[in-house]
Amino acid sequence: MKERMSLIVFSGTVDKLMAASILTTGAAAMGLEVEIFLTNWGLAAFRKGNYKENFRISKEYEDFGPLMMQQMQAKRVPSWMENLKAAKEVGDVKVLACSMTLELFGWKKDDLEPIVEDVTGVATFIERAKDSKITLFI
Amino acid sequence: MPDPIAIPDDVKIDREVDARGSFCPGPLMELIRVVRAAPVGSVLAVLSSDPGSAKDIPAWIQKAGHDFLGAYAMEGYIRFVVRKTH
Repeated sequence: MKERMSLIVFSGTVDKLMAASILTTGAAAMGLEVEIFLTNWGLAAFRKGNYKENFRISKEYEDFGPLMMQQMQAKRVPSWMENLKAAKEVGDVKVLACSMTLELFGWKKDDLEPIVEDVTGVATFIERAKDSKITLFI
Repeated sequence: MPDPIAIPDDVKIDREVDARGSFCPGPLMELIRVVRAAPVGSVLAVLSSDPGSAKDIPAWIQKAGHDFLGAYAMEGYIRFVVRKTH
């Protein structure tokens, strides 16, 4: 069985999505299967088109937000969405939406970016996460 | 950064990808793409100016089971050379 990394992406700020996406590319490159469970603001960040206009960063570093965005553009750092797409290209990456959050926001799977593969409940995620080598809450 | 090292004469690079200026994990991803697309036996190289590559790229080559032919420090970047084995 392939080794797996399970990420719970709760945050929808660009700095944390960036960290999640880079960890995903690294894990995919090193041959791990990756499962990303999107919940709350993490799911909101995957609403269709949202990633193009999301410039939020963590509250405690809010003052660095404009500088970070400016540096990312100047150095042409790929966006977190581009990282996830690249990770999917080289490895086995599944992006799953939390069914409860989807319901809460009143969205359907079609309202989300196509990279989101499926809608699942927490129990299914936990069942698979318990066998993972790496589990992170971001 | 050490002095530039010449690539041995017997190593002929079939394809080289320039990932200088791209950030972790960009150069590694570029290398993976080029390795995937090339026929078995090809000698491939990636140029990287990202300091993370020095450890990341050899680690990936080992994990993926290809032959690591060397890391050649140039001025401000490193040329990593790998032979695709399977």
